[in-house]
Amino acid sequence: MDSPPPAATAADILVITAHPQMEHSRVNRRLMHSAARVTGIGANHTVLVRDLYALYPDYLIDVAEEQALLASARLVVWQHPIHWYSMPPLMKLWVDEVLAFGWAYGPGGDALRGKDLWLVATTGGPEESYRPDSYNRYFFDAFLPPYEQTAALCGMRFLPPLLLHGAHKVDEAEVAAHETVFAQRIASYPDWPELEHLSDCIACEVPDDARPAEAPEDAPPATARRSETEAA
Amino acid sequence: MEHTSWLTGSLVYLAAAVLAVPLAKFLRLGSIIGYLAAGILIGPSGLKFVTDPKDMLHFAEFGVVLMLFLVGLELEPRRLWSLRKPIFGWGSVQLFGSAALMFGVGVACGVDWRLSLVGALGLAMSSTAIGLGVLAERNLMATTSGQSVLSVALLQDVAAIPILALLPLLAIAGAASHGDGGGWLGAAKAIGVILAIVLGGRLLLRPALRWIAGSQTPEIFTAASLLLVVATAALMQAVGLSMALGAFLAGVLLAESEYRRELETDLEPFKGLLLGLFFIAVGMSIDFAVVLAQPVIVAAIVVGFLLLKAAVLWGMSRAMEIPQVERPVFIILLAQGGEFGFVVFQTAAGAGVIDAPTSSLLVAAVAISMLLTPLLLVGADKWWIPALAGQSKRKIAEISEPQAEPVIIAGFGRYGQIVGRMLYANGIQPTVLDVSADQIETMRRFGWRVFYGDATRLDLMRTAGADKARVIVLAIDDVEKSVEAATMIRENFPNATIVARARNVQHLYELHELGVRLIERETLDAALMSARSVLEELGWERHQARNLALRFRRHNVAQVTKMAPHRNDEAKLVAAAKQGRQQLEEQFAQEREEALKRQARAGWGHDGRAAPTVGEAAAE
Repeated sequence: MDSPPPAATAADILVITAHPQMEHSRVNRRLMHSAARVTGIGANHTVLVRDLYALYPDYLIDVAEEQALLASARLVVWQHPIHWYSMPPLMKLWVDEVLAFGWAYGPGGDALRGKDLWLVATTGGPEESYRPDSYNRYFFDAFLPPYEQTAALCGMRFLPPLLLHGAHKVDEAEVAAHETVFAQRIASYPDWPELEHLSDCIACEVPDDARPAEAPEDAPPATARRSETEAA
Repeated sequence: MEHTSWLTGSLVYLAAAVLAVPLAKFLRLGSIIGYLAAGILIGPSGLKFVTDPKDMLHFAEFGVVLMLFLVGLELEPRRLWSLRKPIFGWGSVQLFGSAALMFGVGVACGVDWRLSLVGALGLAMSSTAIGLGVLAERNLMATTSGQSVLSVALLQDVAAIPILALLPLLAIAGAASHGDGGGWLGAAKAIGVILAIVLGGRLLLRPALRWIAGSQTPEIFTAASLLLVVATAALMQAVGLSMALGAFLAGVLLAESEYRRELETDLEPFKGLLLGLFFIAVGMSIDFAVVLAQPVIVAAIVVGFLLLKAAVLWGMSRAMEIPQVERPVFIILLAQGGEFGFVVFQTAAGAGVIDAPTSSLLVAAVAISMLLTPLLLVGADKWWIPALAGQSKRKIAEISEPQAEPVIIAGFGRYGQIVGRMLYANGIQPTVLDVSADQIETMRRFGWRVFYGDATRLDLMRTAGADKARVIVLAIDDVEKSVEAATMIRENFPNATIVARARNVQHLYELHELGVRLIERETLDAALMSARSVLEELGWERHQARNLALRFRRHNVAQVTKMAPHRNDEAKLVAAAKQGRQQLEEQFAQEREEALKRQARAGWGHDGRAAPTVGEAAAE
């Protein structure tokens, strides 16, 4: 590990993949690979896949590089299995550190404003389990608000998620079909039929009172400055 | 030396030492050669700054006394007891074996038997000062050969007493010996003094030292340390025993005391300087006039006695099972003549057993052998030991059956073992190679499958399966070998990924230049873990300490990698290192400041949420 990997080049579509046990993955690994292939087939935009657990096995996220890649992307894809009704821990750490105050939200934090966020997730439990009368007790939608609100606070448009339930059990045909849909969406972005009906930005307008009461005394946002120096 | 010239004398000695020793070190000859050369330079045969080296030799002998005291300090009575067999057994074999052999050759060559006997006994001695000095300089004291040299040197110290007592008897060898009564009295006195030292050391010294240390005056403790050694030496000399032996005894008795370290640090500088002085005096006492008058005879004596002693020592080293690579040092250190030889010849000349010219001839031979010893060691380092190292390893059969494991570990020392154990724990059976026969035997006893194999050799690596291996771990601790192996592997087995251990940054750069990318500096991560512990002890949160250490690591690794192309440009490296350090310091300082500000700042929403730590908890 004494030689850091070369810096990635920015792309229009940034796929953030997080799977703590990629070696056991049935679906997410295939999705990740097919997203990476889209770049190669001459789509009109570039795709960059960031496999977080491979990039940061020691959980030491390069915030500056992640922010630089985010800044130049139009669509950000979060692709991961649902663990305990939420995202895997490294993905959460990525959110905590990369979507920093004064950069992604808060005063001067408009680096992500106007971009799209697309959640592509798998669950172990079948769809029927996400019902009030089953063991997961809620419809899956009930677990989405933290995602939606994260996007909203950053001024991002939260696209309709692409979900695959029962990822351990579904048959090969279904996985393949899912993969095809995913790859097509990546390739055809932003010309998706469902986006026509989507309001421009559901919750883009974060009310003023959700912003800090007062701007911090000194101007440049803390994290952004840190990022610049950290690159060395 | 005259009193008036004390200042001039110091000036000459110190200046000669200060000039010659660093120069010798720079030429990789070791400090002892430097001292000897300085002595020759200022002595009667050189620039004649000093004309009578004898006094200085006597004075400087105290350096040898101090050295043996310090050696004794390192040797607890228990360990000394366990050395009794090598001391009395092997020590006697060396001394009397060599002496007998030389005596025989001397008589066979038609030399008078008394002269032969004196010469044999005097030349059988070895220089404790050079011997132990070299062992300390090379950190060999704890090795088998180091302990053996010490054992033999101790026996020689003991044996010097009866030998010196015997010399006057030789002068009147024709007549019956008469000195018996005095001898018995002398022996009784000697035993009495030794008993006094042992009992005094056991019962009185520690309370006395405690009392002195209680006075809280450091220089008085130093004075007491010196007094202790001087007093022991004086006591021993008074009854005709070896001063050095007495000091050694006192040292052993204090080896278990709580003042051991303090005594060591107090006496170390005196020892060093006086020993230096001693070597200078030896250099001065080489009478080149004698040597030049009879160069052939001197050379014959030197070569002859060195070879005869070496032959005995070689046999001993085999019988004692000293590891092959340590044998050259053992043989060379004990083959040389020693300072006791000077004393023997002087006493013999004084007693009229041999005449003065013969005495100075023998003294010159001993001094020359002492001068040659460091040079011989340099030569042995260059040619003899490497050759032996190659030979001894072949005792263990080289890897011969072709292997085909996916991983090869070259070097199974402290580093390679950890790598190997982690792999074994995960069901991977690496092919393990090492070049140290000892290491291989030890590891095999622990049940590891370890082959003898030099990773720099193409044929062995091919047998080890390097052409099929996916990963080759270079865990060799020898930097040159490691680079050599990396070069060979990159050339011949390009499909194998090299995972390398780097001893230091320069080593890392060399490997990097060869295209190796997975290199770990062996101390980096352990040191960072320690740094984390320090931060934690100082009150940092454990997780924060972890984050700071990991970020420091990333910064450091990036910095080192960035500088790889400039690895030969020292100025640039230094500048970049400084800049990098400053950058990181500034960055961390800035973050600390911001963290403080954030704590001081009020919450940021009307709904009274807490400070905006959402994205920053982990970063700080």
